[in-house]
Amino acid sequence: MVYPFFAALTLLTGIAYAVGQRRAVSVADGRLADLHSLPIYHALFTAIGVFVPMLAIFVIGTPLVSWMAHSAALAQFDPSVQADPLRSGVILRDVASISRGQFAGNASPELAQAAKDYAATLATGGWAVFLLAIAAGVAALAASFGVIKVPFRARKHVERFALIVLGACAVVAILTTVGIVFSVAFETYRFFFDPSLSGKPTIGSFLFGLEWNPQAAMRADQGTISTAYGFVPLLVGSLLITFIAICVAGPLGLFSAIYLAEYATPRVRSIAKPILEILAGIPTVVLGFFAALTVAPLIRGLGEAYGLNVASESALAAGLVMGMMIIPFISSLSDDVINAVPQSMRDGSYALGATKSETIRQVLLPAALPGIVSAFMLAISRAIGETMIVVMAAGLAANLTLNPLDAVTTITVQIKTILVGDQEFDSAKTLAAFALGFVLFFVTLMLNYIALRIVRKYREQYD
Amino acid sequence: MTDITATPMLPKRVRFDSEEMVARVKRRYRSERLFKSLGGAALLLTAVFVVTVLLDIIYKGLPAFTQHHLVLDVPVRADVIDPKGTKNPEDLRSADYFALMRDALATAVPGIEGRVEKKRLNGILSSGAGNELRDRVLADPSIIGTTVKVPLLLSDDSDIYLKGKQTRVTEIPARGTAVPSATKGEITITSSGTEFADDVAVLKKAIVNRIAELKSRLTIVETRDPQAAEATSLKDEIAALEAHSSQPASAETLDSKMPSLLVAINGGLVKLSSISDSSATGTALLPLQSTNEAAPGKWSVVTYDKPESNRKTGDLEAAVLEKLRADGKVENKFNTIFFTHGDSRDAELAGILGSLVGSVLMLIVTIALALPFGVLAAVYLEEFAPKNKFTNLIEININNLAAVPSIVFGLLGLAVFLNFFGLPRSAPLVGGLVLALLVLPTIIIAARASMRAVPPSIKEAALGVGASHQQAIFHHVLPLATPGIMTGTIIGMAHALGETAPLLMIGMLAFIVDVPQGFTDPATALPAQIYIWSDLPEQAFEAKTAAAIMVLLGVLLLMNGLAIWLRSKFERRW
Repeated sequence: MVYPFFAALTLLTGIAYAVGQRRAVSVADGRLADLHSLPIYHALFTAIGVFVPMLAIFVIGTPLVSWMAHSAALAQFDPSVQADPLRSGVILRDVASISRGQFAGNASPELAQAAKDYAATLATGGWAVFLLAIAAGVAALAASFGVIKVPFRARKHVERFALIVLGACAVVAILTTVGIVFSVAFETYRFFFDPSLSGKPTIGSFLFGLEWNPQAAMRADQGTISTAYGFVPLLVGSLLITFIAICVAGPLGLFSAIYLAEYATPRVRSIAKPILEILAGIPTVVLGFFAALTVAPLIRGLGEAYGLNVASESALAAGLVMGMMIIPFISSLSDDVINAVPQSMRDGSYALGATKSETIRQVLLPAALPGIVSAFMLAISRAIGETMIVVMAAGLAANLTLNPLDAVTTITVQIKTILVGDQEFDSAKTLAAFALGFVLFFVTLMLNYIALRIVRKYREQYD
Repeated sequence: MTDITATPMLPKRVRFDSEEMVARVKRRYRSERLFKSLGGAALLLTAVFVVTVLLDIIYKGLPAFTQHHLVLDVPVRADVIDPKGTKNPEDLRSADYFALMRDALATAVPGIEGRVEKKRLNGILSSGAGNELRDRVLADPSIIGTTVKVPLLLSDDSDIYLKGKQTRVTEIPARGTAVPSATKGEITITSSGTEFADDVAVLKKAIVNRIAELKSRLTIVETRDPQAAEATSLKDEIAALEAHSSQPASAETLDSKMPSLLVAINGGLVKLSSISDSSATGTALLPLQSTNEAAPGKWSVVTYDKPESNRKTGDLEAAVLEKLRADGKVENKFNTIFFTHGDSRDAELAGILGSLVGSVLMLIVTIALALPFGVLAAVYLEEFAPKNKFTNLIEININNLAAVPSIVFGLLGLAVFLNFFGLPRSAPLVGGLVLALLVLPTIIIAARASMRAVPPSIKEAALGVGASHQQAIFHHVLPLATPGIMTGTIIGMAHALGETAPLLMIGMLAFIVDVPQGFTDPATALPAQIYIWSDLPEQAFEAKTAAAIMVLLGVLLLMNGLAIWLRSKFERRW
């Protein structure tokens, strides 16, 4: 019913548009200037009048029909089945595959009857929705036919509708955030408090546990490994890699920004800026490949040459490349804030006889400090949330260590590891990934909020 | 104003030409130079890193754009591929073309006997070696029964060998005259010169080193416990080695942990297993044509530097490939399979078409959703939103969304689109939806900025001649802002194209051979394909990964170039 419906929708809306325009022209009777609104607004008004009720009936009707079909199918079975969501889910899946003709195996008479009822309800309901929608469209068309008159303020109505659509689009952004918060928070809540879940940790053991091992022993010969959801090793791993990254990106990014803002000739700027843009545009999966296949072996080889024991998935390799990734981030933000410091302050400093570097260190940097700090915070939040580089170059084992030559794992790596592949939504392991996602979302949100506050609080103090 | 010098601010008159002050100025200038060069160095280091990454990828990826084939005359035998003589396309499609290829290869490299050897010989071909012939037969069944020249795809290991990535092959023409004892099987080659002396010396030296090593080990063991079993066995080993090295003309044995030594003589190739100064014994990899005496310069000693046990390509395969190359039957062609096939477990048959199509389908969904929603939201926020708490909340929200880690969007997709709405896993539709949400803030921010860049006078003029607010925006401001919006959208799309993490969450990491046909077919995306390949252990996939990265970067470069071109062509400064 989907394709015929949309065909009918398009057709009727098009007809309505044409009819509205014709009607407006004909009621104006040759004197178009007398119309309150242009004929196109009358056309749009008619088209919207047809389009909205039809779509509304379809959008409300289709799930309703499918719900009715489901209950019709389940009516074949006794109430205990209907009450059990697991068994009724299996039955509904079977019924759906029978009605598509893809069912393998022999259906019991009950199931066959259920499938028949299901298909019948679906067909009847589908036709009902389809015809109802068309009836509504035609009725709206007929009604608007009478509404269109010379003084009719069609434009006002169309513009009001347009405004609602615009506002709705803006609300999508809110809905996304709400979606993120709810989906993540809901699963996190289940992770901690769902009574039917076995092996779940308490909030305390999650936040302060020193051991992370979501994969319990499956067979006896794997030893007695019990699940543990201690979040600390992941946090330490994330922070260690982030720290290395900031150690690389901080000085490089800040000095690059200072050089670009204060020293660079236009020629150097015209070369350096695109290079930084290229770096910012390299997908992280590419940097991850570089980290895993070039940097990590290099560091391992170097370490061995000096007699150090370097893990092949060392935190250092991932951290170095991640640092490179966030250089453009720090440099472009710092560049902006340094440029935003008023020229009069530089001039004042030069007039006192300070050299350029003294001006930068003692005047520009203090003035730009809030912006630079917020750039660093945003960079940290970016580094903590970065996934591909660490997935490819950092390890999987949750070692609680601060040694950059050891393999560590991070929050994002664990989310990815848990959720890639088949997963069921009623195991503590899967939900643990959402709990990690919640922490990640919360931490980055906080960092962004603090960064924003720092800028808000100290901005324009020198203007 | 001499009074000023007397004020308490400058209690002491400073002489700027004093030695102290000159030194101070010098120091200040030095620190100035240091500071500046630190800045330059930081920039340079960043540039070096970017260039290193790109060059590294190009160096690793370039070989994957070509692929070696064997060009052989293959008799298209009707009894193998069409025994019933029906020329029915269904039968022709499922026929065993590889059998034909096997026979053609055996003809090109005669004299390989033994089950294991034959198997290894066939192993140089890809399992898809017959595909080219199959396509030709399907296109033109009349070639059945004739002999055609077709390229046979080589396996990934053979391809890597031929690209020279596995071992260095050195061939030294011999100075003496050699006589082989047989044409196949076990062969002893006696030379009038001392061709093998250098290699024998190397081996002897290795034995001397080994003896020294064992002796020092023995001393350690004996000081601890003279009666230890280890000491006895060490003594025995040393005695055996010393006895061996004391015989001046003794033969030395070679094993697979040493570089392979071979002799090319009389059109055949002998792999040596033991050598002495002027004679060598080994087995024939490729049979000799005769046992005739070979004159100096007519035969040579070939060395494969990397020991056989450390190589994917054994000596037999290497010998066959070298022979085929010398016969001019190997051709290095542009790797079309890479661009026309989906994924495969065999590196030589794996291509990026499937993932490229997946990415394109995803971007279509993304742009179809993100562009209208983003632009309309931007119009609302910029022009029509009342200044109240709610719109303020939306603004903060958009800025925050832009900074949410992309993997969290993947969690959203998994929990909401897959789990709640029940959309199919691995589908470009879901990937596109998630990416649309991901780039929505980017597009909103870009669209708002470019609308703000349109001077207010234009809107005011429109309002002045009686346009409604919406007419002024949609008829005048928005068209003028379009180039900026387009630029922002393309950059957002480039961002979406390179995004990997959220796609992993919604199952686009699967091994999918078929090229997706629609928005709900299982598919993968180009960056996800890169990730999948980078995880595979086969050496050939490393080059494939780098090549796929080159394609991805190329597309990104094109998109960004387009954005820059649009900006420079249509952007108006007011």
